[in-house]
Amino acid sequence: MMDARHLAKALADPPYVLGLDDRGWAALLAMAQAERLAGSLAVRLDGLPIPAVAREVLRNALVTAETGRIRALWEAEMARRALAPLRIPVILLKGTAFVAAGLDAGRGRLIGDCDILVPRDRIAEAEAALLAAGWEWVKPDPYDDTYYRTYMHELPPLIHKDRDAMIDVHHNILPPTARTGRADAAALIAGAMPLNEGLFTLSPEDMLVHAAAHLFADGDLAGGLRNVWDIDRLIREHAEIEGYWQRLVEAARRHGLVAHVSRALRLTHHLFDTPVDAFLAYLPRRSDVAFMSRILARDRWGRETQKALRFAFYVRSHWIRMPSLMLARHLWTKWRTRQRSR
Amino acid sequence: MMLRYAAPPPGACLRDEAEGLTLLYHRASGQTHILIEPAPHILDALADAPMTEGELLATLAAAFEVNQAEAVGERLAELVAAGLVSTS
Amino acid sequence: MTLACGPVTFRIGSDWAAPIKALDALYSDYPKPQSTIPHFTVRLEATRWWRRWIAPSIAISGDFRLPEVAPLALGMGLLAAEMAMNLQVALGDRRFLLIHAASVEKDGKALILTGESGSGKSTLAAMLALKGWRFIGDEFALIEPATGLIYPFPRPTSLKNDAIAAILALAPADRFGPLLRDTPKGDLRHLVPPSDAIARMHEPARPTLLLYPRFGAKAAVRDVGKAENFVRLTQASTNYVALGETGFQALTRFVSDVPAIAVDYPDSATAIRTVNRLWKALG
Repeated sequence: MMDARHLAKALADPPYVLGLDDRGWAALLAMAQAERLAGSLAVRLDGLPIPAVAREVLRNALVTAETGRIRALWEAEMARRALAPLRIPVILLKGTAFVAAGLDAGRGRLIGDCDILVPRDRIAEAEAALLAAGWEWVKPDPYDDTYYRTYMHELPPLIHKDRDAMIDVHHNILPPTARTGRADAAALIAGAMPLNEGLFTLSPEDMLVHAAAHLFADGDLAGGLRNVWDIDRLIREHAEIEGYWQRLVEAARRHGLVAHVSRALRLTHHLFDTPVDAFLAYLPRRSDVAFMSRILARDRWGRETQKALRFAFYVRSHWIRMPSLMLARHLWTKWRTRQRSR
Repeated sequence: MMLRYAAPPPGACLRDEAEGLTLLYHRASGQTHILIEPAPHILDALADAPMTEGELLATLAAAFEVNQAEAVGERLAELVAAGLVSTS
Repeated sequence: MTLACGPVTFRIGSDWAAPIKALDALYSDYPKPQSTIPHFTVRLEATRWWRRWIAPSIAISGDFRLPEVAPLALGMGLLAAEMAMNLQVALGDRRFLLIHAASVEKDGKALILTGESGSGKSTLAAMLALKGWRFIGDEFALIEPATGLIYPFPRPTSLKNDAIAAILALAPADRFGPLLRDTPKGDLRHLVPPSDAIARMHEPARPTLLLYPRFGAKAAVRDVGKAENFVRLTQASTNYVALGETGFQALTRFVSDVPAIAVDYPDSATAIRTVNRLWKALG
């Protein structure tokens, strides 16, 4: 039975698609859309003689990626303008950072929200400044708001009243209640690299650590393939820099995320043949198989397969973010809210 | 230190005229705006170099015969909120 | 199954056979696409696994999704499929500037009817298509940014409530899909476009007149200014913002080139007379 290895192969080795029949193309495109990798696939297949319909679908994705890029960069710029008078540094994260820095990982990337990081001791000021400049809360229910403020590493999402784009303001890359990892926000900020006035990105090694943290600890692994692709692109671009692997080990240790980074390297090497440092990646573990299955759980219609595994990961991702008593209460309250709204 | 206003250089926006209104596409933001005078003249004046509100009023009076200070002040604030004009 | 309409090919998957069979019947007059690679994949899925059999309920899914779409009962599978296809185009197409409008063509020139639900544009377009005009589309007008031409997308028209009887009087019975009762919009029936429109669905036309019809009001005709037209069309477009600069260029060119007129009409006969008069006046 076909799984997302079909898509992984196309990304890793573009000429693979030249042998596809209509059915193979339909599956590839559906998977790419479902994994939000259609833009990245378009970039990888650029220049190859592919069927006209496929070219049209991929070009659509590139247009979407470009509009998203402009939107995310503009949100970052407007946030910079709002926070500059207070001299609060704005560190761009994830997709927004990739496109702002012109990285390969940003080419064709479909960006959702604009993600930024500010120092924790300035977050209240940042919140006030953004609200004063026209941002509003995306109306959460009151329970979610408490959850966000008390337990999470970010403000509840904001949206500007005049623009249709959301901004997520983080003060760390992992929640303080996470079971694994104790990301050192001060170190992230100290190591940040300036882009231009007031805007920064994380250092290359911190960027990788964040991507690994995001892949395993920060979500429920849906969209995992895209995160692994980000990691592949980041490594290929940055590994040439003198001392990169050494600094990556140090960063992973500093943030208590060695296991995550290590596993991320193994997965990307396996999926995309990324050249990785053998010392850091070391021997594969049995649980890698479960992770791999989850990341590849996509069928030729773009549907998620392996539902039992999916539930296990949903629980696991919440387990990682919150100690068990809080987790039980959180899931119970969310379930109750959902029931009431039926 | 007085606040200075700046607008995007020519080419940063696409324009079309419609019945005395200006349809404007701002490339950097991807947003479309509909402007009414004196807003388009304000953008033209500020496109060359940043200036204070006082300098702007003088430029507008000289180049475009725009004389209503209050209207200019309001349009300027709107343009800043819309992101078309930045301050330093 | 795969089906193609104008420049778009769809692949439709379903947890049940019935909606696919209904689609096959409705699209029987449409030529099968040469390539089965789809622009969009649509899935009709059971909301829970057991809902394949118990009180079956269809969730619309596909490449592009909206979270708040309510599931439909299995009996409305055809409606679900049509809605799902519309959703994919509305959210995912970037090749054309999409305007929510019905359109017809005569002598290479297109008449485009835009407005809200209930304005009567679908019924009016369907009637014109049965009175010598070529049917171009019901839900979307596809404007090619580079040329300004409109490309046909002649999917079946959804007729609702009173409109069904009105068109039944004009078109042969075999051009209609099944009657769907108690849909979220009342009674609904699909009207398959005339064979000629389907045969010529790859022939573009030059937009020549834009009308804002309003059914159920005293007869009146008013020019719509360029600025008002521009603003209304940005709201009537599902992808204007997503197209960025290309969208701005395409829409400003459109409102500069195509006159816009608001037409209020009390009944279809008046509407058709008015349309013919306005069309003739363009020369």
